[in-house]
Amino acid sequence: MSTADPPVTPAAEKAAPGARGAAGSSRRAYLGYVAGKLAGAAVSLFAILVTSFFLFRIIPGDPVKTMTHGRKVDAEQLAALRRQYGLDLPLWEQFTRYVGDALTGDLGDSYQFNEPVLDLIRERVPATLLLTGTAVVLYSALGLWLGTRAAWRHGGLGDKVNTGVALTFWSVPHFWLGMLLIIFFSVGVGPLPGLFPTGGMESGGEEGPAYVVDVVHHMVLPVLTLVAACYAQTLLVMRSSLLDEMGSDYLTAARAKGLRDDLVRRRHAVPNALLPTITLVFVNLGFIAAGSILVETVFSWPGLGGLFYQALSVPDLPLIQGLFIVYAGSMILMSVVADLIYPLFDPRVGR
Amino acid sequence: MQPTDENAFPPGPSPRPTPAAARHRRRLRHALCAGAAALALVGAAAVGPAGPAAATSAQDSGDGGDDGGGDGGDGDRTVLTAAVAQSVDSLSPFLAVTLVATTLNRLMYDSLVNYDVKTQEPIPGLAEKWEPSDAGRTWTYTIRDGVEWSDGRPLTAEDARWTFHTMMTDDAAGTANGSYVTNFEKVSAPDPRTLVVELKEPQATMNSMDLPIVPKHVWKDVDNLGKFNNDADFPVVGSGPYVLTDFKTDSYVTFERNENFWRGAPKFDEVTFKYYKETDAAVAALRKGEVSFVPDLTPAHAASLADHPDIKVNDGQGRRFWAIAVNPGARDVEGRTFGDGHPALLDPKVRKALFHAVDRDVIVNKVLQGHGVVGAGYIPPRFADYHWKPSADQEVGYDPQEAARLLDEAGYELKDGKRVGKDGRPLDFRMLCHATDPKDKAAGKYLEEWWGALGIGLDLQCLDNVGDPWVAGEYDLAFDGWSVNPDPDFVLAIHTCAALPESEDVVGQTDNFICDKEFDRLYAEQLATYDDPAKRAETVQEMQSVLYDTGYMNVLAYPNSVEAYRTDHIKSITAMPAGNGNIWGQDGSWSWATAVPAAAASEDDDGSALGVVLGGGAAVVIVAAASVVFTLRRRATAEDRE
Repeated sequence: MSTADPPVTPAAEKAAPGARGAAGSSRRAYLGYVAGKLAGAAVSLFAILVTSFFLFRIIPGDPVKTMTHGRKVDAEQLAALRRQYGLDLPLWEQFTRYVGDALTGDLGDSYQFNEPVLDLIRERVPATLLLTGTAVVLYSALGLWLGTRAAWRHGGLGDKVNTGVALTFWSVPHFWLGMLLIIFFSVGVGPLPGLFPTGGMESGGEEGPAYVVDVVHHMVLPVLTLVAACYAQTLLVMRSSLLDEMGSDYLTAARAKGLRDDLVRRRHAVPNALLPTITLVFVNLGFIAAGSILVETVFSWPGLGGLFYQALSVPDLPLIQGLFIVYAGSMILMSVVADLIYPLFDPRVGR
Repeated sequence: MQPTDENAFPPGPSPRPTPAAARHRRRLRHALCAGAAALALVGAAAVGPAGPAAATSAQDSGDGGDDGGGDGGDGDRTVLTAAVAQSVDSLSPFLAVTLVATTLNRLMYDSLVNYDVKTQEPIPGLAEKWEPSDAGRTWTYTIRDGVEWSDGRPLTAEDARWTFHTMMTDDAAGTANGSYVTNFEKVSAPDPRTLVVELKEPQATMNSMDLPIVPKHVWKDVDNLGKFNNDADFPVVGSGPYVLTDFKTDSYVTFERNENFWRGAPKFDEVTFKYYKETDAAVAALRKGEVSFVPDLTPAHAASLADHPDIKVNDGQGRRFWAIAVNPGARDVEGRTFGDGHPALLDPKVRKALFHAVDRDVIVNKVLQGHGVVGAGYIPPRFADYHWKPSADQEVGYDPQEAARLLDEAGYELKDGKRVGKDGRPLDFRMLCHATDPKDKAAGKYLEEWWGALGIGLDLQCLDNVGDPWVAGEYDLAFDGWSVNPDPDFVLAIHTCAALPESEDVVGQTDNFICDKEFDRLYAEQLATYDDPAKRAETVQEMQSVLYDTGYMNVLAYPNSVEAYRTDHIKSITAMPAGNGNIWGQDGSWSWATAVPAAAASEDDDGSALGVVLGGGAAVVIVAAASVVFTLRRRATAEDRE
């Protein structure tokens, strides 16, 4: 899923300060590395374009018939529709057109919304970025923090409780958790009043600061659902990679120098244990654009996840195809970003 | 053909009202909670919530007192909010085919003829009277005097002429309702109050012209009607009870009342349709009072809401039938066959045997849990004039023994528990079911059991997209269902030979490829009976008898429309027809146009508003306490270990 290839072994030493003299050559090495990664990403993107074209043409069913379902159309009208959508051309020509259009940002028209796919996606992207982005940041931070604590005192009560709770939320179906949150915190139970809206992203009609407050208010429950459901993975990865570090000599050395336990953890252990977690965070960032189909559906969030659900139920091929490209594209983009900043965390990678 | 609501032809009107009550209170609550939430999320200082909350509440509540349900006197706006699930395909009446979009169109645009809310008879709408002449080939409609568009311009016959003419001449404009005008020869407007339609053949449906009429002065400038979704320039000029003022795909649709509506301005200031993709979430919103109306409830939802003091569940007569369709051998108009329907189903005895084994009472009581009526004729009992029931000796009732006897007689003997034909092919049928419709699946389980007992195998194929195998004729049996309109022409037309596709490669209007000469003869007869409604109804009943006897379309039940609304938001709302009608999915905009807001705010709202303040405060305290504890612990551990 990710092209990133994270080194899992801990950096036993911090970047050797003695290597200053080689600064020029290492910069050149880094640029070469960057170029290689970018080229790889371009190839992957192209492969996705090709796959998406052929994948959705293997699916049985005639798109023109799907579009005209339940209406009386004659052969002429069908032919006109085929012409309009370029379906009468030979496959290779459809393909070259499709690639050309896609490269110029034209992903075709959605069957069901009668609108360009790109407009539909553009309309929904902010909502999804806002929701999933907030959630990823929050659950990554929460997972990192709790994972560190759990590992540092592993085997203790805190570790057991934290890991257990995280795994419980991780195993619970997201939509069910969302529904429970709606029942408890939107509708209210017993003395607990309904605090949050039951769905949507805005009440409508608000402007300025009131609008921001309104959106934040709508975001609380879906974000909470995503955070509860997902922080476990960051927690577990952080916990296990920190555990790997804990027996290391450099930590003993640090303690021997008389550093506080707290400092040993923050300055020495955590930075080295962070590498696998960073990879994970970027993988998760790649998923931001995909949103969460289930959570967006339960909370009627007007984002890409909901759109995908809508597209699948028709099925609305151009829209599915467009979303597929966007999802895969964002994944690739995030992998590249991860690859590019990795050398900053682990100098060995760029060499 | 797709038996889902989306394709139901003339769209049923179904507006959903949510009462506006409690809006400003809700805002206050929002603001507070949002403030608290923001605080919790961002970890900002405690000042956060005070600012915005004060701003919002000041801005929209003048008195801070009641919920503004009904007494608009003090400047409170009454808002009716209804939950919807289906996406809008387009808000252009030329393009919209989904139930929700056509319903919204009826709020926006009135039509020449309306249906009476009590009797469902055609009554004057924008046309105050109409008259056929030239043996039913020429129809003259007199447009009501003094009707204005919402922008104050007069509504004239020219608007109607332009609307119909555009549908006749612009292919894209015929997308949704083009079949209404295929029989039009010419439309003209000799003066502002007279519309003349000349037909190729007489047709009875001219008595029920309920197509939306659009304002020519706005629409004549549209470049490409096929791309124009009518959802960008607000307010959208219309003639219905409400004016579209805002729309965001899959978020909300907002309407403002039309003060110029010729029947009189509606009572609610605003009607908002809010999207809930999950019925569970919509029901939660109804309980909370965030929406005032929710349609399409399952029996379980209805049962759970039944005891709520402020919620009324409306178990109204539905306008749909729910049937088993049999593949009679798919064919095109030329008679060329295609598809792979099971040949045994061409034997009338086999079909009869299948339906003798179906216990409709069980279907209604178990699958629909009583929210429906046992099926008989094709047109639901809601439309009393056209509804038909088989006579006692014609009826194929529940009788498994008779079913077994018929199968023996037809030569399908029971071998090792399986019915096998003379050609050695067992009676194993595939049945299409809509994966999105839980009742199909549930009924399928019963059919499996009943038919299995006869030695007939059933392979239930529940698909999201039943359309592809359906139009290709690649099925044996299928669950089918259509919304029926007060004028039954459409649901009858889909079983005529003329509706068959031109060839295997194109799509016809046909439902399941039925083609019966007698049925066609009667269809033409009823369509031409434009001046004698009773006689036409008789013919329509006769058609249903013929259809019933073919055994290709067997109605299981007429499911009710189960919906619920808050009585503390909506004082009254009109169901259609009188008696036990429905609210969402009416033929017209009656429910929304006549809904009356409840007068007083409910005390619950006060309670919960207070609760929200407390709750918001509690959240802040909890977050603060948690951070203090965290900081202390952190410090403590650091020291411990040092």
